[in-house]
Amino acid sequence: MLTLTCPVCGVDACETELAAGGEAHLKRYGPGSTDDQFEEYLFLRPNAKGVHFERWRHAMGCGKWFLAARDTATLEVFGTYSAQTTAPPADIVKAIRAKRPDWSPET
Amino acid sequence: MSTRLPDHGRLIDRSRQVKFTFNGKWMRGHPGDTLASALLANGQMLVGRSFKYHRPRGIVASGGEEPNALVNLGRGARHEPNQRATTTELFDRLEARSQNHWPTLEFDVGAVNAMVARFLPAGFYYKTFIHPRAFWKHVFEPIIRKSAGLGAAPDPETMDADRYEHFYAHVDLVVAGGGVAGLLAALEAGRAGKRVLLVEQNAHWGGRAPVDGDLIDGAPAEIWVKNTVEELEKMENVTLRTRTMLAGVYDHGYVTAYERVADHTPGEDAPRHRLWRIRTAQVISATGAIERPLSFPGNDKPGVMLASAVRDYIVNYGVAPGDTLVVVTNNDDGYRTALAAHRAGLKVACVVDPRAEADGDLPHEVRSLGIRVMAGSAISKVKGLKKVVSVRVQAHRGYDGGHDEIPCDAVAMSGGWSPVVHLWSHCGGKLTWDEDQACFRPDHDRPPTDQNGAGFVTCVGAADGALHGDVTMAATATAMADMLGNDVSAPRVDLAREAPLAPIWIMPEAAGAKKRAKMWLDFQNDVKVSDVMLAAQEGYESVEHTKRYTTLGMATDQGKLSNINGLAVLAEALDKGIPQVGTTTFRPPYTPISMGAIAGEARGEVFQPLRRTPIHDWHEAQGAYMEPVGGWRRPYCFPRDGESHEDAVNREIDATRRSLGLLDASTLGKILVKGPDAGRFMDMLYTNMMSNLKPGKCRYGLMCSENGFLMDDGVVVRLDEDTFLAHTTSGGADHVHAHMEDWLQCEWWDWKVHTVNVTEQWAQIAVVGPNTRKVLEKLGADFDLSAEALPFMAMAEGKIGGFDTRVFRISFSGELSYEIAVPASQGRAFWAALHEAGAEWNATAYGTEALHVMRAEKGFIMIGDETDGTIIPQDLGLTWAISKKKEDFLGKRGQERVHMTDPDRWKLVGLETLDGSVLPDGCYCIASGKNANGQANVQGRITSTYYSPTLSRGIAMGLVQNGPDRMGEVVAFNKVDGSTVNARIVSPVFYDPDGEKQNV
Amino acid sequence: MSELASALPGAKYEGVVRVVETGLRGMITLKADLPQSAKAVKAVTGQVVPKARRIDAGDMSVAWMAPDELLILCDHGRADHVVRDLAEQLGTTHHLAVNVSDARAMFTLTGAGVKDVLGKLTPADLAALPPGEMRRTRLAQVAAAIWFSDAQTAHVICFRSVAQYVFDLLALAARPGGDVGYH
Repeated sequence: MLTLTCPVCGVDACETELAAGGEAHLKRYGPGSTDDQFEEYLFLRPNAKGVHFERWRHAMGCGKWFLAARDTATLEVFGTYSAQTTAPPADIVKAIRAKRPDWSPET
Repeated sequence: MSTRLPDHGRLIDRSRQVKFTFNGKWMRGHPGDTLASALLANGQMLVGRSFKYHRPRGIVASGGEEPNALVNLGRGARHEPNQRATTTELFDRLEARSQNHWPTLEFDVGAVNAMVARFLPAGFYYKTFIHPRAFWKHVFEPIIRKSAGLGAAPDPETMDADRYEHFYAHVDLVVAGGGVAGLLAALEAGRAGKRVLLVEQNAHWGGRAPVDGDLIDGAPAEIWVKNTVEELEKMENVTLRTRTMLAGVYDHGYVTAYERVADHTPGEDAPRHRLWRIRTAQVISATGAIERPLSFPGNDKPGVMLASAVRDYIVNYGVAPGDTLVVVTNNDDGYRTALAAHRAGLKVACVVDPRAEADGDLPHEVRSLGIRVMAGSAISKVKGLKKVVSVRVQAHRGYDGGHDEIPCDAVAMSGGWSPVVHLWSHCGGKLTWDEDQACFRPDHDRPPTDQNGAGFVTCVGAADGALHGDVTMAATATAMADMLGNDVSAPRVDLAREAPLAPIWIMPEAAGAKKRAKMWLDFQNDVKVSDVMLAAQEGYESVEHTKRYTTLGMATDQGKLSNINGLAVLAEALDKGIPQVGTTTFRPPYTPISMGAIAGEARGEVFQPLRRTPIHDWHEAQGAYMEPVGGWRRPYCFPRDGESHEDAVNREIDATRRSLGLLDASTLGKILVKGPDAGRFMDMLYTNMMSNLKPGKCRYGLMCSENGFLMDDGVVVRLDEDTFLAHTTSGGADHVHAHMEDWLQCEWWDWKVHTVNVTEQWAQIAVVGPNTRKVLEKLGADFDLSAEALPFMAMAEGKIGGFDTRVFRISFSGELSYEIAVPASQGRAFWAALHEAGAEWNATAYGTEALHVMRAEKGFIMIGDETDGTIIPQDLGLTWAISKKKEDFLGKRGQERVHMTDPDRWKLVGLETLDGSVLPDGCYCIASGKNANGQANVQGRITSTYYSPTLSRGIAMGLVQNGPDRMGEVVAFNKVDGSTVNARIVSPVFYDPDGEKQNV
Repeated sequence: MSELASALPGAKYEGVVRVVETGLRGMITLKADLPQSAKAVKAVTGQVVPKARRIDAGDMSVAWMAPDELLILCDHGRADHVVRDLAEQLGTTHHLAVNVSDARAMFTLTGAGVKDVLGKLTPADLAALPPGEMRRTRLAQVAAAIWFSDAQTAHVICFRSVAQYVFDLLALAARPGGDVGYH
């Protein structure tokens, strides 16, 4: 059972206080998008084994959404950060690279 | 015969007696006894029957690894099956009954299975019960159900009389195991100021060291243990718990421990079990090691026990398993049992040792006492049926026909020790094979890792493979020094020098098929050496497959005794090394824990939270029949004396349509949405346009998920230019609020909008029926309630009868209706005031079923009935509520997908049976022809179906292919009995299609 | 106007600790940019905006709920006035202030065992929760906010609809014989 630090209120929350929200940094495609774009936005998830960016809501706490960078195989947490970003911030990328030198944000 | 010794017994209080029953027979023991030691003290060696062959079974072990001595404990509301006698502390009037036999323990009909054992080899279930198919249900299954299974299931009508609880603890360090290694680890961590929780599964500290007579710093281990516990108890940062088993290690330092608070004092007011849910930075596993049996013919007979268990019973409980003992061991440690037995005055007939030479300090000491040591020999037979009479001893290697027949009534066996690596392994720690000690131990380079990617479990002592007392202490000290960054000095331990063990997995070495079929690996599940060899022969190479095929290690002891021997036999049969074959997976809990402890407090009244409205007490007082609605309890109907639910619903509808009905609608979700961008945000959330709603007006809205499916609906009210109040379905408020916050926080975070879920701030009452306005006017309002001032779909605020109200002219019934919200603290009083004022118009409380029927009469959809997560608004004839002007809203793109625009989608219609009957719920509309599976093709289904008292006939709504274009057509619906019923496709609006009633 | 009813008027349990339903309490949720609203909050409540997770007690207590959210506690009858005063003070500043007094229930726990009792129900680290800090967490299966005003006094706020559930939980956890002796 995971613990994640909510970057909004600073609480070390137990998984039972959180609600998972799937992959982070999706780009929304609305009306006018192609079927392929919409399919990718809505359904296609790489389901990575390893580094993964994901959405969590501190549901039994401050109620805010935040993002986490985590290894889906080892469950190591590289960091949590604001939901108001479209890409992992530099310090998170740095923290991941320190532990997973082979990983790059493009992969 | 097993018996109580005149002396020994460091854990029992001989000055007092405890009475208990076994199979109805009264027996006596002492405080401090386990049920197992007390049974042995009373000469009760036979304690149960094995699972498959119903072989007589005796006590084998002295701890949680016991496979045989499982009993039914207690009775009635405190009955529990499959309790291990070895870990059950004796208490006065304990009741135990043996298991898995019929009719009696001594005479068991099922034992004939043993005579047909050659027909029940490994995998016999798979092989035997395939053909003929029909036999399974009528012949095989009933027989297997009767003969298999261990304890009796508790009576389903009986509630467990005890209570259980959870407890959350956050610590730096959990130490599992209160033996000398665990105590040393806890002591050092405690001295270093860490927050420490030390748990020990037994009722006593010290583990094996005091039993084996180790000397620590020159004094008996017991003294060091006592002093250490005393020092630990004084430390504020250390919590000690006996009777607490560390059950599982999980991700991110989450650990569960199972405290048996009151098992030994039943009936007291304490919770019976407490499940500790711990977050810890580090786990120290000082869980020791478990002795392995040896595989020789007849090793399963009552009287054959683990050598360490024999020692435990003698030293701890003053109980001898027999008068004359034979020890059989492949290592020096087994000789300690010969010494302990000799010291206790028992006769040790011989020590059988398959090693060619036995030259360690301990064998020398044994020989010096005049005990015969038979090196290079093996037991080739155990004589006796329900108890041991003698053993046959022959050469382990190179059998020349010669053998000795040695009379004895107990056999102590030792196949070496296996570290308890469970806690290391639960969360992914890997093992390495230790050739010298023939055991798996933790591979320090591959520990289980935590959220920081660092190892968080450290095994110390025997659990780490440091099987000898002196190494145990030194290695524990080193491990703690590494962890704490302190200097830690290990106490000195004085021990005899031990010669290496010989990895001997079966004896005699050249035993043939017949003998191998009598060598038990798994005592509880009746898995023998021959079964594992057969599995290998039949191509089972993976240890996990072999486990499931043979059931090796699948019994309640989870292979604690059998696994390594089984692996070794499999490895030999496959001609591989043991590390290449590998182990099966260690999964929590370490030993079984009670279901009650897992549930914790969640039973009875607090099994789950029931949400109650401010008017709930009134409903209960009226005897309302309640139903669950999204976590709430709502009245389904209010039956009066002698009235059926159906009659009550019809009466409630009739009263409402004719005069005045009152509905507790407090459960409706209410979410405030406020800000300069609120209109824009509402336009994205709802399919229809909300930004052009005038303040003071209401509009019905649909909310879709991004893939276009209808998710929730409700009336949106614009309170002022900046503020909307969104009503949601009863079950939907939390979800819809979370959905709003998701989009605001994660997508449109620059929009100026705040939301607050105010659902529970308000009690909401629907006042419904032609006399609605009269009752409100009678109560007296300080604002104009007339149709002109407050028309349909308008809202107003003010006082009614002195209550602070917010009034919405909305109707879910088709009648004149005012939905009135008051602060929750006023809800109960307002409800009473409405009833009092409405009495002259027969004000009638109605429930959810009347609400459902009335909305169906009006053709209004219900989320969850007409929708199921695959329905788009277009399917439901709600195109009018989908804006064509808006460029975007959540779900718009989804609804443009090919399948969503398919003209052949099933669409909403009303349905009237030709005979006026009520269609069955969920039935399908039959089409011509059959599908690939030979089933009738279908062209639609029923989504809502009711008896309408207003129309005196059955009415239904359903989704039918091209339904709206087929008005008047008669179609057939199937029924469960195979017959069909014909219904005509009609408009879904059955009642007042022009809305004349609600608009007055 | 008739009598006002809290969720469980007069509910009380005496066990390892004493559990009491606190009765009606005024509560206002303010959602706004907090630094921008500090002056208005001070003017209305007399309190400065609390630090993260703090609840500052006073004539009116103010609790930090999130970076854009405060909970103001006052007398039940004053709540509507506080909302009006905030609206006045904040003027056109984008905010949402709303009376949520009746949406909640409140309990007070007193006794030496308060942490042991709450520790049966919440996964929060209570040893790390100093007096005056509010922890929003769960009690068994529902959301709740808890804080200690001193070592022997705990306060619990939950939603009104689950007040009975929370009271039953607290009473069960406080039942005699269930002392844990941990904290």
